[in-house]
Amino acid sequence: MERRILASSYLVLLVFALLVLKLFNLQIIRGEEYKKVSDNNRLKIVRRPAPRGIIYDRNGMAFVSDMPFFDASAVKKGLPEDWNTLFSLSSLLNISTETLKAILNKPPVNNSDEIKLKENLSFDEVATLEARKMEFPGLQVDVRTGRKYLYGALAGHVLGYLNRLTPGQLKNDDFSDVPQEAFVGQYGAEKFYDDLLRGVAGGEIIEVDAMGREIRVVSFEPSIKGKDIRLTIDMMTQLEAERSLAGKTGAVVAVDPQTGEILALASSPSFDPNLFSGGISHDEWSSLADNPDKPLLNRAIQSRYPPASTFKVITAIAALEQGIITEDTTFDCRGSLKIGGRDVGCWQKKGHGRIGLHRALAESCDVYFYEIGKRININTLADYAQRFGLGRTSGIDINGEITGMVPTSEWKERVKHEKWYMGETVSASIGQGYMTATPLQMAMLTAAVVNGGRLIKPSILMRDEGGPSLNEESVRVRAETLDIIMSGMRGAVQERSGTGWSANSKLTSIGGKTGTAQVVGKDSFSKGYNKKFKDHAWFISFAPVNNAEIAVAVFVENGGFGGVAAAPIAKNVIEAYMKSKTENEKLRLEKLKEMTEKSMPEIVNEASGTESSEPGSGD
Amino acid sequence: MIDRRLIYNFDWGMFIAALLLALIGVSTIYSATRPVFDAEQQSFYIRQLYWIGLSVIFFLAVISVDYRQIVRYSFLIYGAGIILLILVIFIGRKGMGAQRWIPLGFLSFQPSEFFKLFFILAMSRYLAAMGENLDLGMLKISKIAAVFFVVPAILIATQPDLGTALILLFIFISMLFIAGIRRRLLVIAVIIGIISLPFVGNVFWGGLKGYQKNRIVAFMDPKVDPQGVGYHIKQSKVTIGSGGFTGKGYMKGTQGPLRFLPEKHTDFIFAIFAEEWGFVGSLILFLFYLFIILRGFDTAKKARDLEGAYLAAGITFMFTFYFIINAGMTMGMTPVVGAPLPLMSYGGTALLSNFLSLALIENVRMRRLPNPFN
Repeated sequence: MERRILASSYLVLLVFALLVLKLFNLQIIRGEEYKKVSDNNRLKIVRRPAPRGIIYDRNGMAFVSDMPFFDASAVKKGLPEDWNTLFSLSSLLNISTETLKAILNKPPVNNSDEIKLKENLSFDEVATLEARKMEFPGLQVDVRTGRKYLYGALAGHVLGYLNRLTPGQLKNDDFSDVPQEAFVGQYGAEKFYDDLLRGVAGGEIIEVDAMGREIRVVSFEPSIKGKDIRLTIDMMTQLEAERSLAGKTGAVVAVDPQTGEILALASSPSFDPNLFSGGISHDEWSSLADNPDKPLLNRAIQSRYPPASTFKVITAIAALEQGIITEDTTFDCRGSLKIGGRDVGCWQKKGHGRIGLHRALAESCDVYFYEIGKRININTLADYAQRFGLGRTSGIDINGEITGMVPTSEWKERVKHEKWYMGETVSASIGQGYMTATPLQMAMLTAAVVNGGRLIKPSILMRDEGGPSLNEESVRVRAETLDIIMSGMRGAVQERSGTGWSANSKLTSIGGKTGTAQVVGKDSFSKGYNKKFKDHAWFISFAPVNNAEIAVAVFVENGGFGGVAAAPIAKNVIEAYMKSKTENEKLRLEKLKEMTEKSMPEIVNEASGTESSEPGSGD
Repeated sequence: MIDRRLIYNFDWGMFIAALLLALIGVSTIYSATRPVFDAEQQSFYIRQLYWIGLSVIFFLAVISVDYRQIVRYSFLIYGAGIILLILVIFIGRKGMGAQRWIPLGFLSFQPSEFFKLFFILAMSRYLAAMGENLDLGMLKISKIAAVFFVVPAILIATQPDLGTALILLFIFISMLFIAGIRRRLLVIAVIIGIISLPFVGNVFWGGLKGYQKNRIVAFMDPKVDPQGVGYHIKQSKVTIGSGGFTGKGYMKGTQGPLRFLPEKHTDFIFAIFAEEWGFVGSLILFLFYLFIILRGFDTAKKARDLEGAYLAAGITFMFTFYFIINAGMTMGMTPVVGAPLPLMSYGGTALLSNFLSLALIENVRMRRLPNPFN
């Protein structure tokens, strides 16, 4: 018996040795590996996006502020799975049990166990959730810094909006430092200057229990706030531009012709970027994206229209430079001109009579420019148009700009496989036909005319804030030529017979050029019956005439006559800028507050506005 | 009854080792159940302390009665144990999918926990009566099994308490081994056992409850059911492994309090200890257990009679099995069968049963020599 007990003892020793070997394997050989697993168990790494930089206008008035947004999320394995919990949770979050079930059944993103239940909680929801948190282990309320656009839709197309990283951005190295759930700029200045505004994300290592509940912060790395930036936009001018466009479809671009700084850039209808700040819902997104009025389209840079009579500025410059006409050349306008066996009319049916360049510009005589069109080569005309920036992007620091179109004979042969007809040159001379331009291009063209022939790359960020360096090219046009043009434009506004008379201001001297782009020919029958067939209204302008501080291009889709629909808007915008420059800050603030309260809802909500269709001084 | 000879022969070493393990158990329970959310800690460690006190009193009570007196009544005690096991079927309290407890007002009582002891007592008396160095053949073994083993094994297995049933089988076999099994039978048994394992396993498999199957499947491949038993095994290995050489330090373990390791203060208490004290601490802990076990075998060897020898050996085997199964389970070497770590796991009945067992060994050791004063 003793032998068998002894054998048992040895057997036990052997088993102990095996246990110790296993222990050695677990703790010594694989110890570090298991240590990592245990740390992964309990440590949750949370990236905290930095507060974004504030965006100011050129005078230091803030467009945006950062504010906290609250999201509810849950660690699924922490939530009890019974129906009662689901029901009370759904009533707590104000979402249906079906929706909640669907959310909970979705696999969590990014390998984390966390599931976002609801974004952008109301204050009441946050309070209730926090109070009843212990009933739902695994439920948590996350705070994130989000964007508040202080004046709603004001400058929406310039400021842009934030949204979650797109799948493409998730793969892009430029965003590797951005926490995956973070909001980044997806549009406008928020997008273009995202790397400035974004800052450096911080992080926390948080100890959690098996249910995912947070125990304590183990380590913390503060985030670095993004850089504040100052835009070139003048808030008062921007506000006036949007207010004048309210209810209309169109765009306004105001620029400092000396520097290329964009003073206002409006596109109507617009949208409220705040919609995106809390994470935009699918329905909200659809109502924006599928809206036939296309509020997300930045018409200032993304829409191209025939420039119509505003293009006469270029035609005149080309003709003067080419020696086709001089300042004193006159033609006889009898209300129409026979070209290639067809009568083409002047907008003034009774005719302008014998007319020189100054009056032809001021009164927008079509026949005068038809005569030039007969004498000029389309490619020469195109060359001047291109010198002034048409047919190519301006390089503005907003994404998505389009080029517009400057036709040449070579282009027509290449694309349409047809030769160019002289009649088409005549049409192009008054900015019709294939010719298209964006409102921004027209503003920059105007600036180049009035600043001595410098085509400047426009910018929305002040240069001293890291904006683009002053980038300009010469249009290679004699100063005298530009003076003659400016004189004609001055006449258009300041002379009684001028088509831009409605832009005449007591506050400052304004020069300009109207344009009315035909939509369906001069068929007066269809006009007035259907808004769709109304002409597009253009107006390009500058002020003061002797030393321009501002150049403005206005475009109103189906607005009717440029002199009626567009010119008064330009006048308002110019006057707003002149006042803004002279008013002190206190006044500016008071006025802005008042104006915002009064007019902003209209800008956002109203789709149809009042439009005058009565023909006044048109062109 | 208690004379100075008994006090002289009292094995302080084993008693202190057991008491120390129990206290280490309490401190580990304290750490494992320390709160991370609620302000108050659950009173597991206090209740365990009460049970230690009670166990020591019972320990002293048991050693004061000559084990031969106890062995004399062993058949009676065994019979009472069987009745209690049957009683469990009718009035037992259900818990955790099994019916193992008899409610006794303020506490509940788990008859199967003590029955193993009754079984050893009865077997000791029976085998001792058969004489020394037996030549047990198949027939004799079957007879002993029919008399002592089959009925309680079935009763316990149907509770169901797979762990206890398994331990009972091990005790039965090992006591027969000590008594003396025909060598040829031993060799054949081992060979047949190894060969038939897959076939027998199939029959055995069919009779298992779902969760029992899960446990065994999970043991074979912990990845199969990561949220179930596989999760236990994985997290237990992580808990132990992350302790490394010197451990994370007392009260610095994270796996238990943060609830990554379930049953942290009961069956998986060793993992918690290993996390906080590391390889060094675990090795020392192993040595404590090894000391008690070898002391038990030593007592069996030196016992004055066969009854004492069987009793000490049987209990030592039981203690050893519990330790090996528990330690092996937490390290992922044996299936998870729900066996507590002797002396350390939270649980009053088990603790009392452990101390009563060691008291019986102590009893045998104290009375092993002729009276030196006579």
